[in-house]
Amino acid sequence: MNAKDKRDLQIFAAEIRIALLEELKARGFGHIGGSLSICDVLAVLYGKVMNYKVEDPKWPDRDKLVVSKGHAGPAVYATLALKGFFPMEELKTLNRPGTNLPSHCDKNKTVGIDCTTGSLGQGTSQAVGMALGDKLKGRKNRVFLIVGDGESDEGQVWEAAMFTAGKNVDNLVWIVDDNKRQLDGYTKDIMPQFDMRAKFEAFGFDAVRVPGNDVEALYEALTKPANGKPIAVIMDNVKGSGVKAVEETEANHSMNVGADKWDSFIAEVQAELDALKKEGI
Amino acid sequence: MKVIYNGGPDVKGFKDAFSVLIPEMLEADPNLIYLDADLMSCLGTAKYARTHTDRCINVGIAEADMIGIAAGLAAAGFNPICHSFGPFASRRCFDQVFMSAAYAKNDMTIIGTDPGVTAAMNGGTHMPFEDVALYRAIPGATVIDAADTAQLADIFPKLVKRPGVKYIRTNRKANDLVYAEGSEFELGKGVVLREGKDVTIVAAGYLVGKALGAAEKLAEKGIEATVIDMFTIKPIDEALLTECAKKTGCVVTAENHNRFGGLFSAVSEALSLNCPVPVGYVAVEDEFGEVGPVDYLAERFGLTIDHIVQVAEATIAKK
Repeated sequence: MNAKDKRDLQIFAAEIRIALLEELKARGFGHIGGSLSICDVLAVLYGKVMNYKVEDPKWPDRDKLVVSKGHAGPAVYATLALKGFFPMEELKTLNRPGTNLPSHCDKNKTVGIDCTTGSLGQGTSQAVGMALGDKLKGRKNRVFLIVGDGESDEGQVWEAAMFTAGKNVDNLVWIVDDNKRQLDGYTKDIMPQFDMRAKFEAFGFDAVRVPGNDVEALYEALTKPANGKPIAVIMDNVKGSGVKAVEETEANHSMNVGADKWDSFIAEVQAELDALKKEGI
Repeated sequence: MKVIYNGGPDVKGFKDAFSVLIPEMLEADPNLIYLDADLMSCLGTAKYARTHTDRCINVGIAEADMIGIAAGLAAAGFNPICHSFGPFASRRCFDQVFMSAAYAKNDMTIIGTDPGVTAAMNGGTHMPFEDVALYRAIPGATVIDAADTAQLADIFPKLVKRPGVKYIRTNRKANDLVYAEGSEFELGKGVVLREGKDVTIVAAGYLVGKALGAAEKLAEKGIEATVIDMFTIKPIDEALLTECAKKTGCVVTAENHNRFGGLFSAVSEALSLNCPVPVGYVAVEDEFGEVGPVDYLAERFGLTIDHIVQVAEATIAKK
């Protein structure tokens, strides 16, 4: 990846974060921690990896994204709006009565959302079925799946992982957002996941571990051709990543703060975005 | 539709029927796909599945995963049929059916075999008296309790074509023979098997033959019973229930299920709104199942011809 492409993805990630923070600010509260931690991978997926058509969001041959940690919907909505799937203004309707943007991803409500998730663990099997179905239909696309580390407490996650490798559903790319925290605290204290990479390798995947905010490393991992095994990408991540004050807030799964706080979060990412743009001139 | 009830068993079991029906349907429709959770041998489909691995997916002993994968296959353009034993096709994967299938509008048909006492030798752990209640609580779901294999042969293809989440519970062995081969049915419409002026017996599944047996016994006592096969428990045929309740003045339900949440509940709910009359029930009291032969269990839980007769008489007395 050349320096410009890398910078473009970093800029896109910062733009997603700003749109996400504006979206949450409009409602005053929301699932901020786990939304921020997937902004970089969303930038890579929608910026350079996934094949899709904004003008034809249900195109059957498109690459699909399943965000099984459905509470990170606000980050996906920000990404989709920036890409033109729906107007940016709509982001301010998040969780308002009658909105198309519910707290958790809903393919029947939101243009560009490929899978309904929210009851944790369930996106995994659905993604496996979508990938298997696409393969059986002769489509050449891939399905990308983002699963939380806390979410991986759910037994269904491992049932789906077993099927993916056991039946070699290699058009599925399994991404773990290993952001070290879940609702009640640190994953290591609530339910340790041990070595995720080793677990996925034991389950029959070709697994890699990459820094969750390194767009270049993410791009390399997500575009690696499957070689007889499905690919698992473990993102070494920080819950709330990209906004220092959120990263440092222990209970950052969902935050309810005043407009001034949201503005300070936005200002931090804006400064980063300005620096990236300046670097590009 | 032709009734050929004679008090004896069906000419074949549901497993034999499914073993032919599912492969035939898969051959006829390239969008159909069949998933099972390691119970293909119990449905008679294993042999076909071995040579049609793209159309028959064995997910292993993972019912929640099966429903999720079926939901994904539906999203990719397939029409999935899933099977497991009744308890595992309902309570074991309930949230997956609720969210990944129904809420997300990923349509599928789910077969739950060996409902209620027909789980017999597998015992209380495998004996769902609650599966109808669970599926009835899912918005828009269709819930079927099939009476015999002639009925299954007609309604199953129709059910698979119907939109939404559909649950069908059937014995694997034979129920009582009720219908002639080639009989036709309409989903959502109850079937009047016999007409009488004194009481309406509304039965489903395993109890349909018993209800006809009870009507014969009642006739010997000079009591004329209407008998309805309410194979579609949801959406229930409210118009037929109302019409028959008006004519007979009381109703008795008969089901292989807990009295809470099944046919008795559905019929009572409909009649309380449309035509309140005395309603009696033959159903499992609020109990868990246990192990034993079907005949023993039917006696143990009161799912018998004699009990229907007794409840019918008691209900008529309340008019």
